[in-house]
Amino acid sequence: MTDPSSPSDTGETLPERTPTEWHSNAMQRRIRRRYARERRFRFFGLAALVLAAGFLAFLLFTIVSDGWRGFQRAEVAVEVTYVEDELTAESGSLARADYRTLLRRDLREQFGTERVASEGAWLRLRERMEENPGLLGQTERVWVVASPEVDLMAKGDVDFTLPAERRVVDDEMVEDYRDLRESDRVRLAFNSGFLSRADSTSSELAGVWGALIGSILTILVTLAISFPIGVMTAVYLEEYAPKNRITDIIEVSINNLAAVPSIIFGLLGLAVFLNFFGMPRSAPLVGGLTLALMTLPVIVIAARVALQSVPPSIKDAALGVGASRLQVISHHVLPVALPGILTGTIIGVSRALGETAPLLLIGMRAFVSDIPEGVTQPATVLPVQIFLWSDEVGRGFIEKTSAAIMVLLAVLLSMNALAIYLRNKFERRW
Amino acid sequence: MTLGGFALIIVALAVLAYLTTRARAAAFGGPAGTMRSHSRPVYHGAWAAILAFVPAILVIVFWAVLGDNIVAQQTLARIPEAIRPGSGIEQQAFLNELRAVYSGALPAAFNENVAAAVPVYGELVGFWRLVIGGLALLLALIGGGYAWLNSQSEFRARTHVESFATIVLALASLVAILTTFGIVLSLLYESLEFFSRVSPFEFIFGTQWSPQTAIREDQVGSTGAFGAVPLFWGTVFIGAIIAMIVAIPLGLMSAIYLTQYAGASARRILKPLLEILAGVPTVVYGYFAALTVAPAVREFAISIGIDSASSESALAAGAVMGIMIIPFVSSMADDALSAVPGSMRDGSLAMGATPSETIKKVLVPAALPGIVGGILLAVSRAIGETMIVVMAAGQAANLTANPFESVTTVTAQIVQLLTGDQEFDSAKTLSAFALGLVLFIVTLLLNIYALAVVKRYREAYD
Repeated sequence: MTDPSSPSDTGETLPERTPTEWHSNAMQRRIRRRYARERRFRFFGLAALVLAAGFLAFLLFTIVSDGWRGFQRAEVAVEVTYVEDELTAESGSLARADYRTLLRRDLREQFGTERVASEGAWLRLRERMEENPGLLGQTERVWVVASPEVDLMAKGDVDFTLPAERRVVDDEMVEDYRDLRESDRVRLAFNSGFLSRADSTSSELAGVWGALIGSILTILVTLAISFPIGVMTAVYLEEYAPKNRITDIIEVSINNLAAVPSIIFGLLGLAVFLNFFGMPRSAPLVGGLTLALMTLPVIVIAARVALQSVPPSIKDAALGVGASRLQVISHHVLPVALPGILTGTIIGVSRALGETAPLLLIGMRAFVSDIPEGVTQPATVLPVQIFLWSDEVGRGFIEKTSAAIMVLLAVLLSMNALAIYLRNKFERRW
Repeated sequence: MTLGGFALIIVALAVLAYLTTRARAAAFGGPAGTMRSHSRPVYHGAWAAILAFVPAILVIVFWAVLGDNIVAQQTLARIPEAIRPGSGIEQQAFLNELRAVYSGALPAAFNENVAAAVPVYGELVGFWRLVIGGLALLLALIGGGYAWLNSQSEFRARTHVESFATIVLALASLVAILTTFGIVLSLLYESLEFFSRVSPFEFIFGTQWSPQTAIREDQVGSTGAFGAVPLFWGTVFIGAIIAMIVAIPLGLMSAIYLTQYAGASARRILKPLLEILAGVPTVVYGYFAALTVAPAVREFAISIGIDSASSESALAAGAVMGIMIIPFVSSMADDALSAVPGSMRDGSLAMGATPSETIKKVLVPAALPGIVGGILLAVSRAIGETMIVVMAAGQAANLTANPFESVTTVTAQIVQLLTGDQEFDSAKTLSAFALGLVLFIVTLLLNIYALAVVKRYREAYD
């Protein structure tokens, strides 16, 4: 096929042949067939792309159509009287007041049942009192978080025509809900708790803030380790390393690490950080370290490409006026290569941010209902939170999972947009 | 004072050493306009800061990593024998509780022996902290002072700083090697432990996989079965067969359309779309596979009369994994097609071939090694993929070629074996490392081979 030798080289004479009849019917048919095949092939190419884009659109559509309701919650209006004696009956002080019993009583009086409100609904009363201590002894109408069943009915997820045993909610609840509707004491509102709370066993109280903070802490550890080490490795390999066997081994191991499945890094983290060094389980510190080892090769490879694209004339000029090697690198090469390095780093880090498998192995799948305050405290991260919620049986967690995915995708998309912006703004062609 | 406090003082000392030494170097005598010293004052200052900071901080880091174990052992040695815990797990629990009580994480000890040990532990921690902190401060003072005294006009501070930087850079690049060694050693070590209990022959050729080890000794089937063939098959079935049936045609055709047909503006829109597809986290794909695709696949299977269809079918996991791999295959094929010299394409077109004939008969055959290399890389990506199979493929180790049945994969089993409560050195948890070792070796070989193919192919056209 690539052999360029032509028949004339061999000196052979070609046999006589009749000229092609381009306008004959047979030829026209052949050409038509060939063109049809051409159009078909082209169509298949476009179809493949459209199909891939269609998958993406379908994926996003299912996530968003489930997820936007995760940002909503049903609320129930209760008339609450903040009776001081009842609040302080148990603990004796307002700081540790018992809102739970108070709310339960009010709910029973007004609705005949406490099941319309969530188990954590009393938290709202505490917030109200903290905002305005003057409410003590007063009566007011408060919108509290509804129970999961009311939540489902308010969002229209319950088919009331089904028989009771095939519905998630029993007849009694349906009656209660109808009463609520008639008296206009149920509404759908923005679920502020979803963005400000941590995980919870009840879906209506669960939020992603704890996981988001866990993700941020983990990524900060990852960045603090992989960025400096990655850049230093790249500088060493590009500017210092002699051509010898050790350099070769370093290059080979970096290229291989970039292709090692992420779960292997989880095994490494489990065996080395947890079992050998005895670091705390479920901590962002260990998660960050593990992800740093995973991100390191990505940053090294991106940084090397960026360093290679710095024109040698810049280095030569700096060396020519007497700068040392370190000065050439830190004053001239790195500033020019920095946008490229940062773009690669952001891409590597955003991959680490979406990573789940290695973190499962080092115990970050624990149920954490507190917002982590440091890198050694138990925490979970957004992708793991999504995984955990996707395993929950409660119907309310499905929309929560999708909503959490929306948060994760929003974070990742904005990081990638930042990377593209950096690349376009600072990239220079030499 | 905590170790962190000492570290802060050392930083302050290093800054002080930098400032004073730099000032001293700046004042080196000599007529203006001539070279007054070998190195600029900044280098004298930097060298002083390095000498003050590095040895001292190394001592502190060393203690921060290893100190706790040393103190714990000393505590155990010092408390009366009567309240000393036994070895192994008991000792571990004792020490964990001790640390928790000491750090205030636990308000009070459950174990009264721990309560008795807390003061001893606290005393030792305090003692060693002073010793180590003092030693570090002393080192910082000596280092900084020595550099200050040493900064004469002929002292080659710049050379010293440069070689220090080189050493630091070289050390940083060793992290990659250490990671590789860490992976190999930890996998090998735990796998050897596993193979001392289960024969490698059974592991590689056995067809029974049920890793439950019994809680009671006399339970039936208490040894568990560790024949990994069903897992290997499941991995190949999902990752290398079903996923590739989806990914290869779609990825290849996308790449062909993008490189050969699409105009510049269409490419500007379509290419980022594929990149977004590549940037979606795998847990999202897993969720999509488990909640949307798997039920649909099951309904479809039942509608065509396959009653054994599982809701965790291999097809659902494999198809979604294929979608995930499309951008990867597409970009590898894109690279391979772009590397074919334009003259070959032009020659074919000039002979009257249509673009599709050129692509099918000239470009793709010429780019084939590169495309195959890319596909091998995609396979290695797919068999190492975890979240999709954990969420959408089952846990049942079936040896079946029916895509509507449930199979399990190596990665899904690793996650299954290592999450949950069990003691660490049971055969069950160790088998996860053996599976990891197999996965590591297979992906490594695939990558090395694929990269070699791609490289040879690139060289052929360069």
